[in-house]
Amino acid sequence: MNLPEFLDMGKHAFYVWGSYGVVALFMLLEVVLLVLKKRSLTQSIARLARLNRE
Amino acid sequence: MSIFTKAFWLQLSSPKVFYPIADKSIPWLLTATVLLLLVGLYYAFIVAPVDYQQGNSYRIMFIHVPAAWMGMWIYVVMCIYAIIGLIWNTRLSNMMAAALAPTGALFTFLALWTGALWGKPTWGAYWVWDARLTSFLILLFLYFGFMSLRAAIDDPRRAARASALLAMVGIVNIPIIYFSVKWWNTLHQGASITLDKAPTMAASMFTAMMIMAAAFLTYTFAVAFMRIRNEILEKEKNSAWVNEIVGPEK
Repeated sequence: MNLPEFLDMGKHAFYVWGSYGVVALFMLLEVVLLVLKKRSLTQSIARLARLNRE
Repeated sequence: MSIFTKAFWLQLSSPKVFYPIADKSIPWLLTATVLLLLVGLYYAFIVAPVDYQQGNSYRIMFIHVPAAWMGMWIYVVMCIYAIIGLIWNTRLSNMMAAALAPTGALFTFLALWTGALWGKPTWGAYWVWDARLTSFLILLFLYFGFMSLRAAIDDPRRAARASALLAMVGIVNIPIIYFSVKWWNTLHQGASITLDKAPTMAASMFTAMMIMAAAFLTYTFAVAFMRIRNEILEKEKNSAWVNEIVGPEK
């Protein structure tokens, strides 16, 4: 089972990789968005704390 | 007190108690998800044989079915938390319901998407107004309704109450989805995996499906905890304990 044959998925490549690709994309996207959100939140909290101290 | 009762009462605790628990378990949950996905995909593509009828397009099943299960299961859990929030007014339950909704909507959409891409080579159509597909589309709209209703109302308590009522009304859709293939003559096939009898599929396919479902489950916990962690940070940003956790500016 070589790679091109594997990727071809018996001529159903579009459907199989279209499904797996979108699922992987959205699941990754959700985790990345949540991490970015947390980073921006912690930064704003730390900045708020600094401003309050001054 | 067993771990389950402890976990149950945990969500009645305050955000301050829940934050470190969520914070510590997220890395574990994410690594478990990645490991399960790797093993699951290995089974799905290497171990599971080619289907004698559908060839390889059936491999979409290994994400279509877990996504559909998660779409329904998350809605039920979201509804339970909404009800608990409605009865005892515990903020954490409302946060849990709000944290689950986007992931539930995502899995519902992914189930519809993968189903369409599986339907084209197998049925010859991306979409048919079939009982199972239509009731699942309604589930997607219910998720959107829950999220938009909650976002539209400023007062968090009233928002939680309104969206909880919507969730409870929509819960009737879950058994309709599940039994649609039995009640009506649907193009969508019946359940191959049921609780009362052995799954009508090859063992390696069943194993691949279960591992992928477990991966989606740990993923849901991880993402819900991450969203709750952000929600707590946002709501409690003026409190001392959050400043302590966040620490000085880097």
